Amino acid sequence: MTNIELNKADHSQIGESVQTMTGAEVLLQVLVDMGVDVIFGYPGGAVLPIYDALFQQDRIRHILTRHEQAAVHAAEAYARSTGKVGVALVTSGPGATNTVTGLVDALMDSIPLVCISGQVFSNLIGNDAFQEADTVGITRAATKFNYLIKDKDKLAGKIREAFYIARSGRPGPVLIDIPKDLMINTAPYQKQVIKEHPSYKPVVEPNHQAIVDAVRAMKKAKRPLFYTGGGIINSGPKASKNLRALVQMSGFPCTSTLMGLGAYPASDKQFLGMLGMHGTYEANLATHGCDVLVALGARFDDRVTGSVKDFSPNSLKIHADIDPSQINKIVLVDIPIVGDVSRTIELMIEEWNKNPEPVDQHALDTWWKQINEWRSIDCLRYTQNNAAGATIKPQHAIRRLHELVSKRGKEAYVSTEVGQHQMWAAQYFPFESPNHFMTSGGLGTMGYGLPAAVGTQVAHPQGLVIDIAGEASTMMNIQELATIKQYRLPVKIFILNNRYMGMVRQWQELIHGGRYSESYSDSLPDFVKLAESFGIKGLRAQTIDDLDAVITEMLDEPGPVLVEIQVEKEENCFPMIPAGAPHNQILLGADSKA
Amino acid sequence: MDYIDKKTLQRSAQQEKDEFVTAIFSLIVENESGVLSRVIGLFAGRGYNIESLTVAPVDDGGRKSRINILTSGTPMVINQIKEQLDRQVPVYRVVNLCRQGPYVARELALIKVVSKGSERAEALTLADAFRAQVVDASIDSLVFELTGKTEKINAFVDLLRSLGLVELSRTGIAAIGRGRHTI
Repeated sequence: MTNIELNKADHSQIGESVQTMTGAEVLLQVLVDMGVDVIFGYPGGAVLPIYDALFQQDRIRHILTRHEQAAVHAAEAYARSTGKVGVALVTSGPGATNTVTGLVDALMDSIPLVCISGQVFSNLIGNDAFQEADTVGITRAATKFNYLIKDKDKLAGKIREAFYIARSGRPGPVLIDIPKDLMINTAPYQKQVIKEHPSYKPVVEPNHQAIVDAVRAMKKAKRPLFYTGGGIINSGPKASKNLRALVQMSGFPCTSTLMGLGAYPASDKQFLGMLGMHGTYEANLATHGCDVLVALGARFDDRVTGSVKDFSPNSLKIHADIDPSQINKIVLVDIPIVGDVSRTIELMIEEWNKNPEPVDQHALDTWWKQINEWRSIDCLRYTQNNAAGATIKPQHAIRRLHELVSKRGKEAYVSTEVGQHQMWAAQYFPFESPNHFMTSGGLGTMGYGLPAAVGTQVAHPQGLVIDIAGEASTMMNIQELATIKQYRLPVKIFILNNRYMGMVRQWQELIHGGRYSESYSDSLPDFVKLAESFGIKGLRAQTIDDLDAVITEMLDEPGPVLVEIQVEKEENCFPMIPAGAPHNQILLGADSKA
Repeated sequence: MDYIDKKTLQRSAQQEKDEFVTAIFSLIVENESGVLSRVIGLFAGRGYNIESLTVAPVDDGGRKSRINILTSGTPMVINQIKEQLDRQVPVYRVVNLCRQGPYVARELALIKVVSKGSERAEALTLADAFRAQVVDASIDSLVFELTGKTEKINAFVDLLRSLGLVELSRTGIAAIGRGRHTI
């Protein structure tokens, strides 16, 4: 939901007589008011009054994860896949400290999230009480905003404010810390809407002159490129629709960051694939060689830019972002546009139609000819040996997974862990629409995918949810198999097992002389038996002969399935731009036609 | 393309001017617990330097506080600091006084000198010249209060060092724009 819609919310209830209930009941009532239907959490002493209130109502569903970190990741994925605010509920002390990784993850990827943490009784705060931690202090740098609520009269207002801050402007996680006595004592509940915050006023409407300048530059471009990011997805489905219109009316090529995948349909011929460290050859060379770069809701992350001084060296840069602090943070831009990216694109389309100047079609054709030459190198090519008993290439496993899913006419929701399999998923599992790819981009959190699959499946009970995972990442939040079992979530866990922390091993091979220091996963569980011990179906593919049958069986199974695909152990993820190198020094795999 | 070349040239010219500049950020913030640590935590977390810091409530109800931060960095870093401060939820307004126009900046210092005889007399003479007030005196010590520009305080302190300066307590600058302009 955008700020505008939020502000338009029903005002008719203002002034309604104040009701009195316990603080815990006030909290739940406000959550209902904010449209929350599910929360992810883990109980503990300091939040028991809230859990008691949850027990006595049926408007909000609670999903019990097996770790607070997982509760936050699940809430994040719920938010990513629905566009709504995710909500997590945890207890004081260890409950709250366990959320830190999830909160930073949401902060880095701009995910709207409200985390409610319990705090010890007000009169015990500062006494080093049992399960006390300075939660607000610990999470200050992990959140967009956080606070300890001290005044019961402000409880309802502060919770509403948390939602407003989490989803307006550049979205992010907000933590509210509530002492236990505030949950037990009676507190006033007033059905009022937060219209605005006195000191927090994000700019939504872009500067029109900047739009005019940007479109003028775009029309004059000879080698233009759209570089789109997660901001498009965060801005809502309308932004993706607008983007599609703008890209198609301009005829320009379009590339996307990891976070932005799905915002522009991957199958479209104007889409060059992902750019950056493991982006495609054509996307990276186009970024290097373009003369006008239009960055929309992307923030020039170092995994995208590589060497900053060599990043797209000869281009005029247009940068649209809702967060002014992102402009000129890494790369100096020529035309900054601050505002909601959906609105920005809308205005660009209007201006494009108003501006009578035609694009330089001849130059654009030459540019496409060049891009298609780069494309013909086929940078994602690999050679799968199809002989009986041959080892499975991880790329092939993901490509077959996508093909067999597509055959069923379904678009899957995919979550990933972090590492090689994540990059292969981005490369070989194309997305046609936004909100379908849940991955930890900014923080790169191993252990994200399994709880993210939980959150996505809860949000889309009928949807096909697949966690593309590596064996090392899976081990980081393996306890969530219990959550999957308990709520009968039909999640498919697709583990590419190469017995290594694959990305670590790849860097050790390329940069550290092949000294595989601590990157071999010794003593792994038998994943099939492990799944079975949780009451979940387990399958294994050891060679190419098993692959299709195992994927098909997984997709046919109505319940959850854990699949272990034993893949080529020393396969590397290409293309790759070594850290700090410019885009034209991209390394290609042995199978591409370069 | 003319448009591009001009802009690209401007950018490279800007990149060359990467010497350090001083900035005085004046912030109006909500007077709530945690706001100051949020602001200074941002400096620590992003590796920015704080040279001096003052903070106190500035309106009758005590709802808003003003924070003055003296810092330095390349123009790009100074701009980042401003934007990063500006996006903090409890921050109402951020101004870099050095860029906004003329401003006045003052600092208060308490300076203790332990000395006797002619050195003591000389310290009192210097204090007179600098218009420093004696706020405490004992047989062999003096405490001066001096308000003024940072450079003036530095000059006074440097002179006193040879007379037995033993202790210094400074506030850091409070600053405000000159003329009708307010933040």
